Amino acid sequence: MSVLEIVILLPVLAALAVLFGAPARAASVGATLVNLIIVLALSWQYAAKGSTGLAFTHAREILANPAMSFSVGADGVSLILALLTAIVMFAAVWQIQDRPAIFYVASLLIGGGALGAFLTTDVFFIYAFHELALIPTFLMIALHGHAEPIERKKVAWKATIYLGIGSLVLLAGLVWLVVEFSEGPHLTFDLTALRKVAVNSPLPIEKQGAIFFVLLLGFGTLVSLFPFHSWAAPAYATAPTPVAMLHAGVLKKFGLYGLLRIALPLLPQGANVPWVQNALLLMLLGNILVMGLVTIRASRLDETLANSSVMHMGYIFLALAAGSEIALKGAVLLMFAHGVSIALLFALTGKMRNQLGTLEYSKLGGLASHAPAFTVLFAFGAFASIGLPGLSNFAGEVMVFAGSFTGFKGVLTNLHWTVIFALWGVVMSAVYMLRAYRSIFHGSATTGLFMSDPVLPQRLPLILMAATLLLTGCCPWLLLNLLKGALAAG
Amino acid sequence: MPSVDAQSPGHFLPTILLLLPFFSALIILLGHRVLKNASVLISVGSSVICFIASLTLLATKGAEGTVGILKFIDIEGMSAGIDAMIDDQSRGMMFIVTFIGMLVHIFSMGYMKDDEAKPRFFGSLSLFMFSMTGIVLAGNLVMMFIYWELVGLSSYLLIGHWYEKASAAEACKKAFLTNRIGDFGFMIGILILFGLNKGDLNIDNLQDAFVTGGPLAEALKNNPGIITVAALCLFMGAVGKSAQFPLHVWLPDAMEGPTPVSALIHAATMVAAGVYMLVRVSFVIVTPLAAETIAGIGCFTALLAALMATQQADIKRILAYSTLSQLGYMVMAVGAVAMVAIDGHAAHGAHPGHPAMFHLYTHAFFKAMLFLGSGAVIYACHHEQDIWKMGGLWKHMPITFWTFAIGTAALMGVPPLSGFWSKEAVLGAAFDSGCRVLFLAGAATAALTAFYMTRLLVVAFLGKARTESAHHAVEVPLIMALPLLLLAVFSVFSASGVFSDFLQAMKPEHVDAPGEGHTVLWTSIAVLLVGSISSFLLYKGKDKDPVRIKLFANKFYFDEMYAVMVRIGQDGLAWVVTALERILVDGLVARLPTALVARIGAATRMLQGGHLQGYTFLLGAGIIAVVYLVVFVLPRTH
Repeated sequence: MSVLEIVILLPVLAALAVLFGAPARAASVGATLVNLIIVLALSWQYAAKGSTGLAFTHAREILANPAMSFSVGADGVSLILALLTAIVMFAAVWQIQDRPAIFYVASLLIGGGALGAFLTTDVFFIYAFHELALIPTFLMIALHGHAEPIERKKVAWKATIYLGIGSLVLLAGLVWLVVEFSEGPHLTFDLTALRKVAVNSPLPIEKQGAIFFVLLLGFGTLVSLFPFHSWAAPAYATAPTPVAMLHAGVLKKFGLYGLLRIALPLLPQGANVPWVQNALLLMLLGNILVMGLVTIRASRLDETLANSSVMHMGYIFLALAAGSEIALKGAVLLMFAHGVSIALLFALTGKMRNQLGTLEYSKLGGLASHAPAFTVLFAFGAFASIGLPGLSNFAGEVMVFAGSFTGFKGVLTNLHWTVIFALWGVVMSAVYMLRAYRSIFHGSATTGLFMSDPVLPQRLPLILMAATLLLTGCCPWLLLNLLKGALAAG
Repeated sequence: MPSVDAQSPGHFLPTILLLLPFFSALIILLGHRVLKNASVLISVGSSVICFIASLTLLATKGAEGTVGILKFIDIEGMSAGIDAMIDDQSRGMMFIVTFIGMLVHIFSMGYMKDDEAKPRFFGSLSLFMFSMTGIVLAGNLVMMFIYWELVGLSSYLLIGHWYEKASAAEACKKAFLTNRIGDFGFMIGILILFGLNKGDLNIDNLQDAFVTGGPLAEALKNNPGIITVAALCLFMGAVGKSAQFPLHVWLPDAMEGPTPVSALIHAATMVAAGVYMLVRVSFVIVTPLAAETIAGIGCFTALLAALMATQQADIKRILAYSTLSQLGYMVMAVGAVAMVAIDGHAAHGAHPGHPAMFHLYTHAFFKAMLFLGSGAVIYACHHEQDIWKMGGLWKHMPITFWTFAIGTAALMGVPPLSGFWSKEAVLGAAFDSGCRVLFLAGAATAALTAFYMTRLLVVAFLGKARTESAHHAVEVPLIMALPLLLLAVFSVFSASGVFSDFLQAMKPEHVDAPGEGHTVLWTSIAVLLVGSISSFLLYKGKDKDPVRIKLFANKFYFDEMYAVMVRIGQDGLAWVVTALERILVDGLVARLPTALVARIGAATRMLQGGHLQGYTFLLGAGIIAVVYLVVFVLPRTH
């Protein structure tokens, strides 16, 4: 059994063990901790060797024609996302307090599904693992969401329909892709084999654009690409804390990962077809500007965070539209950074909801005096998410922007104008985050509700995430070392 | 570690200067509950060591170069590290930052003695020192931007030190957001240069790319418009940080922070960083439009802020508007020097005799002194800041009074104090630019400066005490008086030969054009006399302000105008967009498929029972079934 298979199976097995009566907390925390250590060791090994391309590969053939195998393998991109998953999954199960075992099971299944999607190299399994991870997400929103039963079912229903339709569009695109790339009656789902075909006999550019667009709509819906985003904000605001952490932090990155992993290498010209690029630029501006303004209007913390998470996806789509190596590497950094920062913020929001019973700005105030440690942790998440240098998100953002300006000849094209609008979005993020921070933490201690700092063991997963933000923010090269030779243009 | 020799600036000193305050801040953040008052010592100690390091750095005079300190982003096509660029300019600026920084740390030990959140205050102060030394040393524009934002953060934390007060909480938010608007432009400017210069943002290399016919010189030849845009975008960063019109509104509100912070950050160093950056990249200002815009904005800010300062009653706000006005002076000098260089077809860039930098140096000492002096007054008068509730302080607080008077004289430009020389240098640059308006507005600003500073001195310190607290004021303890005295010495001498050579802030050489006579010199003396004498006569012995100009007192209603703009342009727009998003996106994009699926759902309800759980499982199963069909059925039909 290969090491990556162990990484994928460990959380799933732990989930099964919990279902069959193993002590939920011990099993979950133990499995996720072991997982985190393994992924860290693999990443370290990969970087230390200066590896490029897929490593730790292993394949088990399942079908000969169509060629389909349970094949695993990881390059820098998948390792960074696996690292993100391992960190967030560990933090998510650790921060669960006084909840039924189903919370642990769901978290493990979502995390395990995400790991499967990031670490397998067969299109069928990449797809299937993501679907596996979605199911507990829907169920947890419907069963344990923070809303009246009718309301939360509605929210779960909406997310299910959106993501279901998105998945179907995606499936259609993938099938189209696989069929186009098949030679005669021989079909393959193996990414490496598909990539070889793409290099040797690329599709005509117009066709690349068309397939890319279908994949963009499919994957995009999963990432809440405007205007297919309206499932996301209510789902995150309603989802139980570990589910919100794992879905917004990790699982949502699947769509982006798919575009980077499947669409870009197989359809390298797809995003450059003018109509596709312009459509993408318009949609991502919708994410950044429209959702930025919507976020400014939010009157509750969970609403702000949920909408901001939709908004920030626009910056990653910007990297896809730019397509340069610098921008794409920046996008990977940003996926990691956004995942950790939003998970941290959702974890903190969960604690606030539990202690205070409300997240309305008008009812909060002065928490900094009651809960200084909590405030500092929140500040880490909030300032990371508005792109403060020294915290994780900045390096990714600046690389996406700079990567969009490589080869700039002195004439501003649509892409450059989009970057300028996107930069205005950075101002808007500061507006809503600082407004939120002001109304929750600043002000007189007597105006708000009382809240105390979480006890030290409960603080640990939060500190882990904050420290990750600081470390990768000060040393983004730690992650960039994993991306040597990855995502090179052309 | 390489040793410091005369040729290479070495890694050691810049590393100390950059990292020591960082670790000081980090240790205090993590351990302030254990450390308690020891955190004060850590922070003050680190500031003293940094000062010694910067003195040692001054001794390496002549050695120039950029040394890499830390890795940041280093990939194919983009390399931006934490690189220290050592030259005479950064050495001189570093002295100012660490010297005033150290004095402010020491002064704060007295001023913040009874503050409960002292560790937080000193931790943020260390964070600021870390960020500011980063700006001074920045060898490339990405690093400049990184530290640029970080000073913004430390400024946010320090303005909001007393965050329980609503006004402080609003002020720190306003400062951060206004700066963000400036940074929006700054980043665009950086990106344009990044693209044009093929990914190289090293400041030296950028300059070379202009001077020695590199890609930027090419771009200038083919498309000067984009270079103008780049220059003005970079300038926008300075407009935010140095609080120039129209982004000037945050600085007066920033006075909500503790007064030592105002002295260090909002008078001497951080706000001057905009000017420092502008001088650093002044080789980009090579088009007349860019140069004229910069000079114009600076000049307008200088005059506007001086007018506002004449009608304020809060001692710190008077000084804040004065800072705005003086920063406008420096920015005007940057523009004027560029205008002269463009006219003369001369390459220009950062050089130690730049009038803007010269004024920045002298201003840093006397303005820091004035702010610390006002802090001493506020401390002695039990947090009274209204000058009309003071009076007669000269008797009770002689050290504070005399040092404050020296600072005032330096700011007004009384010869032969430091401010006189640097102000004359700025006016000289304005004069040389050939633009009469710049020179006249500059002279008018100088007259107004003399006017409002005399007013401040007369009302707050002379005459009789108007309130109990002013009557019982006593001189501040030695730990606070000492920084005042040291700064007073610098306020007097910092422009004179030995001092300015030592600081590597040489007085610019102003060559009188033939037939010009001594216009600049006589003008500056004349406006000084007019301003101060008229003010003295007007305010002598008055108990309340004899002049009431609402427009000035209310700061030309900029805050009110901006509030309306934000309400309409942002909050109103957000309301409309949110409504549209609800109706159009959620209504059409969301409802249609939902309705469709619900129809199908209703039709098949008998099968599924309408339960979501069941549905999700069926959906998952369905998808797998579709995949199965595709996989097994499609190939056979091929």
